[in-house]
Order: sequence, then structure tokens, then C-alpha cells
Amino acid sequence: MSNIIDSIRNENLRSDLPEFSIGDTICCKMRISEAGKTRVQNYEGVLIARQGTANEASLTVRKISNGVAVERVIPVESPNLTGIDVVRHGRIRRAKLYYLRNLTGRKARIREKFKTKQS
Amino acid sequence: MNGLIGKKIGMTQIFDEEGRHIPVTVLEAGPCVVTQIKAADGNDRYDAVQLGFGKRKPKNTTMPMQGHFRKAGVNPVQALHEFRTDGTELNLGDTVDVSLFEGVDKVDVTGTSKGKGFQGRIKRWNQHRGPDGHGSRQVRASGSIGMATRPGRVLKGTHMSGQYGNKTHTKKNLTIVRVDSERNLLLVKGSVPGSKNGIVYIRTSR
Repeated sequence: MSNIIDSIRNENLRSDLPEFSIGDTICCKMRISEAGKTRVQNYEGVLIARQGTANEASLTVRKISNGVAVERVIPVESPNLTGIDVVRHGRIRRAKLYYLRNLTGRKARIREKFKTKQS
Repeated sequence: MNGLIGKKIGMTQIFDEEGRHIPVTVLEAGPCVVTQIKAADGNDRYDAVQLGFGKRKPKNTTMPMQGHFRKAGVNPVQALHEFRTDGTELNLGDTVDVSLFEGVDKVDVTGTSKGKGFQGRIKRWNQHRGPDGHGSRQVRASGSIGMATRPGRVLKGTHMSGQYGNKTHTKKNLTIVRVDSERNLLLVKGSVPGSKNGIVYIRTSR
């Protein structure tokens, strides 16, 4: 890809997000506007995939909402994403957790990863 | 004067303030040099300037063209194009850059579309296929191309197979997303004809 395109893709990339990885339960603070007003809506779920690079990066966040599975693709660089909280670190062995789609209930859980103590 | 010569660099996407993705084409627009001036009160009978863009080695420039550039006092350029003016203040050898488009809302971009060779009616004219089954032997073939005794010939301009692409095309009313005078870049919303590194002519929309 050309250097010029790359420089446009990489300009003003955000650095305000905490460190998180696939399998984490994250809470995305999405700014939404409805009826002329804007407010922040929290969307909490398991991060099952990351796609793209630079300003085209996006996260796929899956949650079960009232018994219905919801997957939302959230562009990382979107100004509508005002912040991310990491609720829980997950212990996983794959980069994409698409297998969770075929699992329900107790099978669809992800083990929690606890940080090792730094000496 | 309302136009520039440029080069297509490629496409990417950026966000607007409301968080919407905007597909943009990045164009290297200018700087262009004035290589010829045509005046309504001269031999040419109309007002225009000829702009040049890019670089060309003198050894790859024909002798007549070298003379043309020498007359203007500029180095040989890759591409030339004429833009109409209304009695311009430009002089030979002047430079025009992308700041021309500052404050401009929409532009038309002309380029040479990607060549697709000899194509059938389905790809070239978006026509429908024939039936696949029931013994059909007319899947991608042409159907009827006209009437019988009257007029007794195929009407001119009937959509048929042939060369598709590699043809000058203009995409009109593209919104300017950003003008970067420092790097001579112009970001327009949507696609423009042609491949990367293709020469395009950009002018403000009417």
C-alpha cells in the first residue's frame, strides 16, 4: 500500500483505550443520538474478534441480551466509541472465538485470567 | 481556471464527526505548470490555459514537444490538459496547486477506466442471463437484437458485446472531503475512474 494512503490511515489514531485482548469481557461506551439528544450507552460483552488495522480496525463484541445473542461490530477509531472498560480478562487459546456461536449456557463460558504477580 | 491534473493514489476510509465511515479516494492533485495560454482576442478565439503535471525525461520527449516546453520555459511534463478560463491572470510557467479547490464543494473527475477487454452483454450492459436449465442453450448469449422486415436492420447503438473499459469516463459531483495543500492531496468521497497511478483531470462541478 502506498505511503500516502498509510499516512492517512494512521493519522490521529486514538491512544486512550486500555489494553485488552480477545476473550476479554469489555464494556464499550457508545455515544448514540436519538430524538435529537445524545447520550452514552454501555454495551458489554465478550470480545470475540478483532479485524482490520489502523483506522479500519474493528471489534466484534458478543453478548446474550434477554436470551437473544447479539453481536456488534464496533469500529475502534469511531468518534462514537467514547471509551472501553475491561470488565474481565479471559483465558483463551484462539484469535477468533467464533466457536462460541455454537455453544450455549455453561459451555459458552470463558475462564478468567488472573494477572500473575510481578516481583 | 477551475481545474487541475492529478494522479489517483488509492482509496481508504475516514470518519466524519458523527462517526460515519466515508469512503474516500486520495488524489495527488498538482502542482501544475502553465504550458500554454490561449486567448479569445488571439488566434485561438477562446480563453483557456494548458496545464502540465508530473515529470518526463527530456530523452523521452519528442523534439516538437521539447520545443513546446522550451517556449513556455518549463521542464517536460508527463501529462497535459487544457482548461477553459474566463480571461485568466495566469502567465506561462506559473504554478497552480490544490489550494485552488479550497472552499469548493464538489468536483468532477475525469479518468480512463480500467480496461476489461472484449466483454459480453451481461457484463458490459448489465443485461440478464438466459435460462440455465430445461435444455436452454442461451445462457449468456444475446437474445433478439431487433425487429424483422421493418426496419430490416439492426438499430444503431444496440447494446451488444465488445470492448469494455479503457475509455474516458467522468464522475460528476464528487464531494471534497479534505484539501491538503502541504502534500498536494485531494480527498474526494467515492470512487474515481481508472487504476492507481492513473492520470485524472479534476475540475469544479458546475
